[in-house]
Amino acid sequence: MTTIARARARAEAGERLSLEDALALYEENDLLFLAACARAAKERASGRSVFYTVNRHINLTNICSSNCPLCAFQVEKGDARGYVLSLEDLDQRLAAAAKVPELSEIHIVSALHPEEPFSYYVDVVRAVRAALPGVEIQAFTPVEIVNFAKMTARPVKSILEELQAAGLDGLPGGGAEIFAERVRRIICPKKATAAEWLETMRSAQALGIRTNASMMYGHVETVRERIEHLLAIRDLQDETGGFQAFLLFPFHPAHTKLGEERQLTRVGAWEDLKMMALSRLVLDNVPHMKAFWVMLTLPIAQLALGFGADDLDGTIGEEKIIHAAGAQTGTGITKARLAAMIREAGYEPVERDARYERMGKAGETA
Amino acid sequence: MRLSAAEGARLLREGDLLALGRAADAVRRQRFGNTVTFLVDRNINYTNVCVNECRFCAFFRRQGAKDAYLLTTEEILAKVRETVEAGGTQVMIQGGLYPDLGLSYYEEMLRAIKREFPQVVIHSFTATEIQHFARQAGLSVRETLLRLQAAGLDSLPGGGAEILVDRVRQRVSPKKIMTEDWLALMRTAHSIGMESTATMVIGLGETMEERMEHMERIRDLQDETGGFRAFIMWTFQPGHTELAAHGAAAEKVSSWDYMRTLAVARLFFDNIAHIQGSWVTQGERVGQLTLGFGADDAGSIMLEENVVRAAGTRYEMSTRKMAALIRGAGREPAQRDTEYRVLKRF
Repeated sequence: MTTIARARARAEAGERLSLEDALALYEENDLLFLAACARAAKERASGRSVFYTVNRHINLTNICSSNCPLCAFQVEKGDARGYVLSLEDLDQRLAAAAKVPELSEIHIVSALHPEEPFSYYVDVVRAVRAALPGVEIQAFTPVEIVNFAKMTARPVKSILEELQAAGLDGLPGGGAEIFAERVRRIICPKKATAAEWLETMRSAQALGIRTNASMMYGHVETVRERIEHLLAIRDLQDETGGFQAFLLFPFHPAHTKLGEERQLTRVGAWEDLKMMALSRLVLDNVPHMKAFWVMLTLPIAQLALGFGADDLDGTIGEEKIIHAAGAQTGTGITKARLAAMIREAGYEPVERDARYERMGKAGETA
Repeated sequence: MRLSAAEGARLLREGDLLALGRAADAVRRQRFGNTVTFLVDRNINYTNVCVNECRFCAFFRRQGAKDAYLLTTEEILAKVRETVEAGGTQVMIQGGLYPDLGLSYYEEMLRAIKREFPQVVIHSFTATEIQHFARQAGLSVRETLLRLQAAGLDSLPGGGAEILVDRVRQRVSPKKIMTEDWLALMRTAHSIGMESTATMVIGLGETMEERMEHMERIRDLQDETGGFRAFIMWTFQPGHTELAAHGAAAEKVSSWDYMRTLAVARLFFDNIAHIQGSWVTQGERVGQLTLGFGADDAGSIMLEENVVRAAGTRYEMSTRKMAALIRGAGREPAQRDTEYRVLKRF
């Protein structure tokens, strides 16, 4: 049997793919075959359900010591565009969030501020917990957690424990980028290493903190490096089972140093959906695949439901990081619109909580 | 076996998107292999004055309005020159239904272009315009087409078909030509050796049966004349139009619906060679994906498209970017002429 014939047979049967299988399927480029296999995998994992949630994003600061070439959001200290959300401003945002019907998640991702003390972040989590008692606090990527550990010279585990005690429920999956050291040296040389990212997730999962995983593609990485990245996540998941969902971040080059220096353009929708399907197939042990509409645009996010995605993420009040890199999508969407998109794709919309449990009847309030 | 309209309507409603896409893609691959073509042309909108005032149009102005215009032959020639300089091979001249211009205005325009730029293909005027010219001149459609052909008109774009069901037309464009007129005009054009494309606009509040009725009318005429080179599927653009403001067709057609309809069109049109997704109304992201759902042609890199731009959709496209998007789908990009002959590979 040729490599591609074996890979196709495995993909169709829902068997585990090897690095060679995944590379062969990528190379063959039979997009709708991959879609059909990925959709079958999605239906094995989550049946007819497609999830979404009512969430709000908060970006605490854009002042960053990491200065990653891939980022369009961060500014250096002293820059007039720099901001740090004060606890008073946070209270206002939380008061507004408290009025959002059926809000289930607050998502907090920020820059690595060089001076803001760890206690600020703990206070933020406490404030969110106090203002929104039943709401999932999904905050701080492993990159931020590692930064807190370095700033305080404390172990990651102790940082996670303190945040968890303050009310933290989950870590978002960002900051993974591409694990290959060669790539990280180019796109984010000062960021936490792949080993640190994975180890932080392992610690969080051991503490019962919910986690997601992600990959940012479409910059300087090779296809092999993408697949190796997926396999590293699959390996950890085999060990811990702690990842709930996987997200793909296509690189948005606009306004980034990396994009300018290397004349990068945003990969096309074909590549986005191909990676969606291939990721669903490789990550056979991760329960959910998000089609992040802020990244993909709504039309492509809807089509992604035929390519293995089972989660349209959320309504998102305001999102700054991706929009700073030129995303043209709107900054919010109604539940009714998400539910209608899902129904049209032949699936059942399920408004979920942080555990992927059904909230209310889908699309009732919008 | 040929797909029936009833079967098509059922597929539009319940068909599995991936199964339809794979079937449509298999048909495309059998006919065109790995090549995806595109055209470089320019739209020249000679006037925005229009007596029709269609509810879905954001482009028209009344005669005498402050921003109403009518281009002179010199202005049109300047635009054709720019087209040639930019590597364009075709001009698509279209405009509103101007109340009082003789046929000679159009004949002179065509002759002037052919005199200065004999290599440029003039693929121009919608059926609605041709009928308007004929009425204004007191000529039959056939005589009008023969005179325009003699002056240099090569082929007709398929615009203005919207949905070829009078119930829909009465509601969205009561003053535009009706179904039988559109079909009769295309039949006449084909009979004098003037080929054309055919289009469909979805999202006008039509039913799935009406979409299929539209496709069937075109397929039947194609059986008779063989004059349609391609079928092109647009979506109604709701921005800034009276139709959208009145809520008659407020929701934009979804990508799911668009892809499914495109795949059904490829499967239904066993007698039309080329199926084109609309990168102009869908944007380059959905446009690129049409190549996986039955489309073999990416349409044109338009150097100017006022009509679509006025309704709030603007997608810029250069040859290099188009070639990269086609390659990104694993296909081989090729620039074509109006008759779909490959001119250049990249």
